[in-house]
Amino acid sequence: MTALTWPQELAIRSALALTVVAFLLGLFSVMTYIERRLLAFMQFRLGPNRTGPLGLFQPVADGIKLFFKEEFVPQAANRWAFIAAPAVAITTALMAVAVIPYGGAVTMPRFDLLPEWLRGRPIPLQIAHLDVGVLYLFAVSTLGVYGIVLAGWSANNKWSLIGALRSSAQMFSYELALGLSWVGPILLAESLRIEDIVACQAGGIHRWNAIIQLPAFMIYLFAATAEVGRLPFDLPEAEAELVAGFHTEYASMKFALLQMAEYVNMITVSVLATDFFLGGWHAPLVSLQSAAGVNLGLLWFGGKTGALLFLFIWLRGTLPRLRYDQLMRFGWKVLVPAAVMHILGTAAVILWLTR
Amino acid sequence: MAETILFYALAITAFSAAFAVVLQKSALGSAFALIVVLCSLSAIYGLLGSPILATLQIVIYAGAVMVLFLFVIMLLDVRREKGGGGPRSFVPLALLFAGLLVLQVGAVLVGSELVPQSAPFDGSAKAFARRLFSQDYVYVFEATSVLIVAALAGALALARRRR
Amino acid sequence: MSETLLRHALALSLALFAVGAVGVLLRRNVITVLMCIELMLNAANLALVAFSRSWAAVDGHVMALFVLTVAASEAAVGLAIVIALQRARDTLDVDAFDELRG
Repeated sequence: MTALTWPQELAIRSALALTVVAFLLGLFSVMTYIERRLLAFMQFRLGPNRTGPLGLFQPVADGIKLFFKEEFVPQAANRWAFIAAPAVAITTALMAVAVIPYGGAVTMPRFDLLPEWLRGRPIPLQIAHLDVGVLYLFAVSTLGVYGIVLAGWSANNKWSLIGALRSSAQMFSYELALGLSWVGPILLAESLRIEDIVACQAGGIHRWNAIIQLPAFMIYLFAATAEVGRLPFDLPEAEAELVAGFHTEYASMKFALLQMAEYVNMITVSVLATDFFLGGWHAPLVSLQSAAGVNLGLLWFGGKTGALLFLFIWLRGTLPRLRYDQLMRFGWKVLVPAAVMHILGTAAVILWLTR
Repeated sequence: MAETILFYALAITAFSAAFAVVLQKSALGSAFALIVVLCSLSAIYGLLGSPILATLQIVIYAGAVMVLFLFVIMLLDVRREKGGGGPRSFVPLALLFAGLLVLQVGAVLVGSELVPQSAPFDGSAKAFARRLFSQDYVYVFEATSVLIVAALAGALALARRRR
Repeated sequence: MSETLLRHALALSLALFAVGAVGVLLRRNVITVLMCIELMLNAANLALVAFSRSWAAVDGHVMALFVLTVAASEAAVGLAIVIALQRARDTLDVDAFDELRG
């Protein structure tokens, strides 16, 4: 197979990027519906069921409503920062998806419609293969704070400001535990490339990091839930205390963008949990990896991610909200020390085994 | 070619944003300009073959240090401050000093010759880590952790409200 | 990366350093002064990275990492001092803090 020229490479990467972003935004609207229906089911309600069959058109109706609402900027707000904040939030949320692998390589079919160089070529489902992929993810997740701080401060509203301060303090505290929980898998894979971390989990469920790195996986789940501000860690927008936190003053498409950023973040952390801990696109048993000659990698990947997304909704339907001091104490006095101890343990075991 | 164009675009962005840092009236404006400088510098590090420094620059500067600055600016509400934002009276003197600095270092720069790179350059995370944890730097690295703890304790002691 | 480009990277580093130095001298707001110091540290970092590239050794990157660490510590302590100053004097003008003048 001949090497690709750079316009061909660029074409493949752009097509991949567009597909991933379109898929994410589609998944966002579907997720809003699924979340409301599932929550309603858990709480013995019906949920949205009027728009279309089973209420399936609800996301479309919501979209139309938000799109045609008046664009409104409060008089006392810092106008430019207020408008820029949602754009910053969605940009930083979408930046993370660039380095995440979404499945193994997909071999292009030999259709006559496709150009010669594309036929039968395996294409890895990852937009950018970065040498420092994990660090890049960490960098992008730290940037996520800007959107929230800007949104909360620029609105010039006390609820917004308090919500933004809480939110950013929470994101800082739990980012630490989140980053530390990745160190175990990195040590095992001896690489900062996410595709290497997935590859090192091939060969059955006993190789998954969720099994051999169980404490790290638990720390990751806690930290990720807090990082995306979901219950029981949704203090930033505790509606009983803060109206709606940092997006109190937002309406119409700006609100939709902020909401979209939140859901994209939630999907991203689920995908990352799949890649880092649940073996990515590898099946729990090697014999289940393919059926009738077809590689089921994408199906496994989607299934694991879907299960994690369901877990997030389930948590929201089940748990009460933590108090702010409890949240901080848990983050700094439980999660971070536990993560550090776990790294020390993992490193010691690796040293002992490779002595 | 693309590398060259990208480099100059980033250099111009960084330079003009640096000017904005100094000239902005409000501290908040300066902070945002500084974030632009930091991000373009991070991209330049990437062009110069150090992906790890490029990401660390974002993590540490854009992600932590500048957020700290923004917090302090927003919480102290620096806009309230009376007349303290503008430049001081000895502008010509400062410009003279800066000009001398540029002349002196620039003369050294022009006169010096850069070592032509014969060896292939490996700026990957692995090469970086091998050098960082080699005998030469590992003690310095450990010392920085002491520095961070000291800074943490110092910041806490300074900023705490005394009762 | 050609030699011209490396030279221009060094020139950029010098320019950023000079701009930062002017800022430190001229601005009166303590926070802006701190930010200009960060700018100067970054300029030094750029020089380290560029030299590292020209020598084809990663030592410059390692030193740049140490500079990053020091800069972060400096920002933390500096901002804590800013908060203490604001509490004590209710102003952030550097000219208001001159008791230690000889």
